[in-house]
Amino acid sequence: MEFFIEKAILLNGFACILFVILIFFFLAKDGLALFKFVTIQDFLFGTLWNPLAEPPQFGILPLFLGSLIVTLGATIISVPLGMACAIFIGEIAPRWMRETLKAGVELLAAIPSIVIGFIGMTMLGPVVKNLFHLPTGLTALTGALALAFMAIPTIVSIMEDAISSVPRIYKEGSLALGATHWQTIYRVIIPAASSGIVAAVMLGIGRVIGETMAVMMLTGNASVIPKTILAPVRTMTATIAAEMGETVRGSEHYFALFALGLVLFVITFFINLVADAALHRKQK
Amino acid sequence: MVEKIIIENLCIDYGGVHALKNVSLSVKEHEILGIIGPANSGKTSFLRALNRLNDLDLSSHLSGSIYLNGKEINREMDAEEVRKKVTMVFALPIPLPMSIFDNVAYGPRRHGTKDRKRLAEIVEKSLKAGFLWDEVKDRLSSSAMKLSGGQQQRLCIARTLAVEPEVILYDEPCSGLDPISTAKVEDAMRELKSRYTQILVTNNVKQAARVGDRVAFFLMGELVEIDEANRIFTAPKDKRTNDYLTGRFG
Ligand SMILES: Nc1ncnc2c1ncn2[C@@H]1O[C@H](COP(=O)(O)OP(=O)(O)OP(=O)(O)O)[C@@H](O)[C@H]1O
Ligand SMILES: [Mg+2]
Repeated sequence: MEFFIEKAILLNGFACILFVILIFFFLAKDGLALFKFVTIQDFLFGTLWNPLAEPPQFGILPLFLGSLIVTLGATIISVPLGMACAIFIGEIAPRWMRETLKAGVELLAAIPSIVIGFIGMTMLGPVVKNLFHLPTGLTALTGALALAFMAIPTIVSIMEDAISSVPRIYKEGSLALGATHWQTIYRVIIPAASSGIVAAVMLGIGRVIGETMAVMMLTGNASVIPKTILAPVRTMTATIAAEMGETVRGSEHYFALFALGLVLFVITFFINLVADAALHRKQK
Repeated sequence: MVEKIIIENLCIDYGGVHALKNVSLSVKEHEILGIIGPANSGKTSFLRALNRLNDLDLSSHLSGSIYLNGKEINREMDAEEVRKKVTMVFALPIPLPMSIFDNVAYGPRRHGTKDRKRLAEIVEKSLKAGFLWDEVKDRLSSSAMKLSGGQQQRLCIARTLAVEPEVILYDEPCSGLDPISTAKVEDAMRELKSRYTQILVTNNVKQAARVGDRVAFFLMGELVEIDEANRIFTAPKDKRTNDYLTGRFG
């Protein structure tokens, strides 16, 4: 019995790795085909994405920068807020409030992104527009705010788990030495929970990078290099989603979208790698 | 001798469970007060009340008065002020997840000592007082989690000394230690007598006899008897104390 369970688990592990490799090859096969038509430099550093031009332009720099600015913006907004919220729930809120807040956060996580996109479009967009006197409310900032809103529940619930699983004796040990509650949170609880906190941030960023629907609705979809966070942008995911339907299978454009997917894959892969390395260094 | 701590009519209950019932006693300056009693007699609850760690148990309710140097600790002092003067060494010797040096320097740093040289002096002095210096002086920057159980317990004592408290509370500090480590911890306590008031909760009656100046016997939340150690062990006034010491219950 034990033998079979062990083997089954092993098989599952291998299957996961196998799927990742298969996805990679699937993306690579069609993605790399693009480079029969376009040079790698033109693809990576070209400043124009216009598949319908004659000849078509496949420079992903504006899309890459669009993704970057939206992701960075969302991270900068969501990580401090999420962390503050997790600390409040885990350490400061009285017990009755804690349970209510946790349930609320989990409910937030369940809101479909299209709904957030919709709310962002009708409510957040006009606010951004009026606040900064812009011609349109659909900007990188609008997208970043909505994405931050989506990332926060993930960040809060994982971080709060990490914070409340710090052994009670650490907290009491620190308090018994006369440290204040804040000193204890800052010096003992957060460092002891750091691997969980990093994981929470990584998963939050993962959610933000992969998000498509809401950013498509909120960022204005202009594939130009953004000069400020108040400019309309277009992200890599939104580009794939918007254009996949209208390409001819096997066309240059089709390959270009796969190449874009490949770039996304490589980026997320490296983020995971870096996160892993950070976690392992911490544990030593 | 001066009375360091005076406890009057201390009652603690946890949502209906009465852990301490009307305990009144005083602790003299620079004595070691041993506290003995069977499981669930309220010994830990008593200690935690003295440095206000019971504040953290939301279900606990305390009444009565505890005076430290004549000041009531719940009404006239901040929790941090109380805990800086009255520190606790726990039953499970768990250092903080950081280096040996940082563990000992933790308290002084939180109370505002920044100077590296000054910190190094405090760390050395405290580790020496905790009888640990010779064993760790070459690896102060390695993780405290790598020390043996006995070393961890002495580290916990050293980090407590580093905040220069007035009173040290020990909750069964030797429950997980072998006889040699236990003897070292007891030596440390005797050594510290000249400067600190110490309260030692122990499940080991012999330990109370070895290091205690006076001994208090708790039973089901009540203080049955408190007296000089040699008198408690040779001629207890209360029959229940005698029963406990001769192993008839508990
Ligand atoms: N945090 C708490 N919440 C609820 N009840 C508690 C709590 N702490 C202690 N009690 C109860 O208070 C009573 C006294 O417990 P306490 O831990 O003070 O005893 P003790 O003498 O230290 O026992 P032991 O020798 O086993 O450590 C017990 O009945 C216990 O169940
Ligand atoms: Mg106890």
